[in-house]
Amino acid sequence: MAELHNYTLNFGPQHPAAHGVLRLILEMDGEVIVRADPHVGLLHRATEKLAEFKPYNQSIPYMDRLDYVSMMCNEHGYVLALEKMLGVEAPIRAQYIRVMFDEITRILNHLMWLGTHALDVGAMTMFLYCFREREDLMDMYEAVSGARMHAAYYRPGGVYRDLPDQMPQYTLSKWKNEGDVKRLNENRQGSLLDFIEDFTNRFPGYVDEYETLLTENRIWRQRTVGIGVVTPERAQQLGFTGPMLRGSGIEWDLRKKQPYEVYDKIDFDIPVGVNGDCYDRYLVRVEEMRQSNRIIKQCIDWLRKNPGPVMLEDHKLAPPKREEMKGDMEALIHHFKLFTEGYTLPAGEVYTAVEHPKGEFGIYLVSDGANKPYRLKIRAPGFPHLASMDEMTRGHMLADVVAVIGTMDIVFGEIDR
Amino acid sequence: MNSIVRYFKGLMLLELIRGLRLTGRYLFSRKVTLQYPEDKTPISNRFRGLHALRRYPNGEERCIACKLCEAVCPALAITIESEMREDGTRRTTRYDIDLTKCIFCGYCEESCPVDSIVETHVFEYHGEERGDLYMTKEKLLAVGDKYEKQIAAARKQDSAYR
Repeated sequence: MAELHNYTLNFGPQHPAAHGVLRLILEMDGEVIVRADPHVGLLHRATEKLAEFKPYNQSIPYMDRLDYVSMMCNEHGYVLALEKMLGVEAPIRAQYIRVMFDEITRILNHLMWLGTHALDVGAMTMFLYCFREREDLMDMYEAVSGARMHAAYYRPGGVYRDLPDQMPQYTLSKWKNEGDVKRLNENRQGSLLDFIEDFTNRFPGYVDEYETLLTENRIWRQRTVGIGVVTPERAQQLGFTGPMLRGSGIEWDLRKKQPYEVYDKIDFDIPVGVNGDCYDRYLVRVEEMRQSNRIIKQCIDWLRKNPGPVMLEDHKLAPPKREEMKGDMEALIHHFKLFTEGYTLPAGEVYTAVEHPKGEFGIYLVSDGANKPYRLKIRAPGFPHLASMDEMTRGHMLADVVAVIGTMDIVFGEIDR
Repeated sequence: MNSIVRYFKGLMLLELIRGLRLTGRYLFSRKVTLQYPEDKTPISNRFRGLHALRRYPNGEERCIACKLCEAVCPALAITIESEMREDGTRRTTRYDIDLTKCIFCGYCEESCPVDSIVETHVFEYHGEERGDLYMTKEKLLAVGDKYEKQIAAARKQDSAYR
């Protein structure tokens, strides 16, 4: 009888289930994990250091690139930190727009998560269906900011531009006749808000479809129920936030516990899990999509009724309108000052956190009174989750590692920063 | 009782059949796929694609070398050199955008006081060799000349919001 030894398996960074560039060193006993050691840093881009060398506004596009599937939420965290430091508050309409786009982002992120998680575990169809809906959400992003992903839309003191009154239309092509174009453009006749409303009306039906495919499915349940169980106490000790914490049964959501923007005026529920396994976290995230849909609907209603400014009028902070800038000397000076030097923050430090789709996204900012941060620290929600990889996978089979990576909703942009 | 019901439901593969019915319905429904090169999704007026330098209707280039875009560019992708021309106006002698550095944030367009540097709807540009994605002033002006109509239309439509 030959003696069996543990052996080491190198999982990733090119493994398709590694969600980017995760490198896992797995110590295995046969097919059972004895120790999992995640290696990070392969996507390190020094965002924090780069921010120290740019005026505050110029770091906003880099925030998009942290967690590159929930772009506007990252911006939100950063912009809120700046606003808190400056002691200003965005106009109420801008706050509603931000909340609406935060929730659109949450759906965007959870769809990406659901699609890839299901794909890793073996359900190909989910991926296609989720990406179909993501297409509509990306169109909303594009309509409002001009980019499908890296929006750079939130600014300290509001948002860059108001919501557009028209949506771009499909045009005739070799493959589409007039009937097709008419059908495709049906929900694009009105403003962006009409387009979003049409989506929110359709979306619960889509979520039902996802649930039909997964929730009761025996393969899905076999792969997720009882996998990666984290007790509520342990989840808190490990520093879990967001759906990872709620999946373990702790009702903790920054949108309720320390409401920012207009979340206190909006009616929504926080789903929590019971068992703290992959399946419960799946249920929590699916329910979160439904709740986000509800929030978006309320925002649409409010935004329809209340037109108004979306940016502060303070030209020491926000550039003047283009019309004004071209006709007025003082506005032009403000314009030049803002785009070259930017603005300064009072010396001090600030921590703000937002409920990012993955958990608590925090920005810790130290200012020495200059027009650039002295130090910017980003609290990425994925990092503590990944740190628990060893604990969550120990004793499970190799195939369960994939399910655990999926359930953590890992995106390396934010973890490696 | 519940477990017996669940057992029989499981035995009859109910949830799998329900899932298959859903995917089966989609198999016969209209496809959402677009036949990309020939067929494209609509592009917003605010879309930020390939850069272009614009001219005034009389053919004079708009850029006055104020270097605001160079200063605001977060990725330091823009390089500008300028000189006085014979007629006493200031114009660029060099206006380069390194597209491999550019992050398409749109700040250059936002900052430009004369609407000279803009981002067009072109997103399918490519380079065949090293240096092709290093846009010089000539290349940028050529892009601007080629797409001027579309650039102007998009700017006009979005002017109320900016």
